Amino acid sequence: MPSAGLLSLILAVLQRDVIASLRRGSEWSNPLVFYVMVCALFPLGIGPQPERLAELAPGILWVVALLASLLATDSLFRGDFDDGTLEQMLLTHQSLYPQVLAKTLAHWMMTGLPLSVLSPILGVLLQLPPAGMLPLMASLVLGTMVLSFIGAIGAALTVGLRKGGLLLSLIVLPLYIPVLIFGSSVVKTAIDGGPYMPQLAMLAVFFLVALALSPLAICGALRISVDQ
Amino acid sequence: MSISSTFHKWGSPRWFYQFSGRLLPWLAGLSLLLLLGGCIWGLAFVPADYKQGNSFRIIYIHVPASAVAMGAYVTMAVAGAIHLIWRMKLAAMVMKAIAPIGASLTFLALLTGAVWGKPTWGTWWVWDARITSVLILFFLYLGIIALHQAFENRDAAAKACAVLAIVGAVNIPIIYWSVEWWYSLHQPASISFTGESTIHPTMLRPLMATLSGMYLFFAWVLLLFTRAEILDRERNTRWVQDIVCGEAR
Repeated sequence: MPSAGLLSLILAVLQRDVIASLRRGSEWSNPLVFYVMVCALFPLGIGPQPERLAELAPGILWVVALLASLLATDSLFRGDFDDGTLEQMLLTHQSLYPQVLAKTLAHWMMTGLPLSVLSPILGVLLQLPPAGMLPLMASLVLGTMVLSFIGAIGAALTVGLRKGGLLLSLIVLPLYIPVLIFGSSVVKTAIDGGPYMPQLAMLAVFFLVALALSPLAICGALRISVDQ
Repeated sequence: MSISSTFHKWGSPRWFYQFSGRLLPWLAGLSLLLLLGGCIWGLAFVPADYKQGNSFRIIYIHVPASAVAMGAYVTMAVAGAIHLIWRMKLAAMVMKAIAPIGASLTFLALLTGAVWGKPTWGTWWVWDARITSVLILFFLYLGIIALHQAFENRDAAAKACAVLAIVGAVNIPIIYWSVEWWYSLHQPASISFTGESTIHPTMLRPLMATLSGMYLFFAWVLLLFTRAEILDRERNTRWVQDIVCGEAR
């Protein structure tokens, strides 16, 4: 088989993963349902006073989106590992880097992107002031992409283990913290009427660094997991 | 001797075991001397701070523990990189040994920081940039310990932890410069090697003693842990069996 062009390779993997995920249904809908349900727990837990909810909304929306993205991450390589697709990916003479990049992007398109699109509706439920809606979506679009790339490193490291779920959160959560800090501060600053572009630019920096470097770590981790 | 033969010598667990055995008493003696001496000096003979009174004296544990906790992480990440690149077995053992030591030192740094924060800032804990990033460092250590325990295959565990340690190393420059980037409750570094230190020499000298003592203590404990790991991994080799039988006799 002749080596395919880089872009067509990325597109092929992207298309395959998105279609597979769409057909399985629960893979992309479960994180969304989780997001809605957990966000609904907060007004019940801390009381429904609108002012208090409005104050906490940026943090709640961001933390729950982070957890939903984390829970979805475990399945990123699991299916391909179990049925041997991952091994085939490593064996082909196509380089692994673009394939991993495409898989992670596909995963984000099925988890982080819907979460970001849905977030204004939950913002309304949690009394998030209107000024925070667009910054919330923008910060989540960039932020969940970074989360997907970081999470993919953890998923690749733990994919060969039988009980990966809880361990994955232990190793990935510390790395999520900076994203959470800048992400929720975008929304908070926007509500206070301040300039939120610097924090958004910081998230974009995180995204570009993660986009360039994390596939290297993911490839290394996948080789370790498949070899053992 | 060429570079590659030095490298091979250092990569040999047996040579390292014998070499480190000769180093151990020196490290133990010097580190205890400096740590205990520095503490007694700092607690009993240094004058009290004009603002903080006696509470500042915890600096003689807090600063060394924090500095070595960070240094330990860098050492672990470098050992991980060496293991991944050159497949040096010894580096994997060093890496595994560092994680629990580093976690303990980080915990000590957080604990002494809280104890120091109560009288000076009036609170045990603030979500300040440096404290938060040291807390992340603590979580990273715990994550590496958990990841190592999850693997049954030792080689895979070492390689996976090496990848995680290298990825987590992004946190180190953030901790180091956090007090300058986000000026907050935690003061910036008082000790400077290039400019003038902002700490009085009478307070600085015992701090230097405990700081170097803590580095030596780390080296000592690291050697002990690594030696135990070497014996465990090489237990099927002749030279380990000779040592164990010799001690049993």
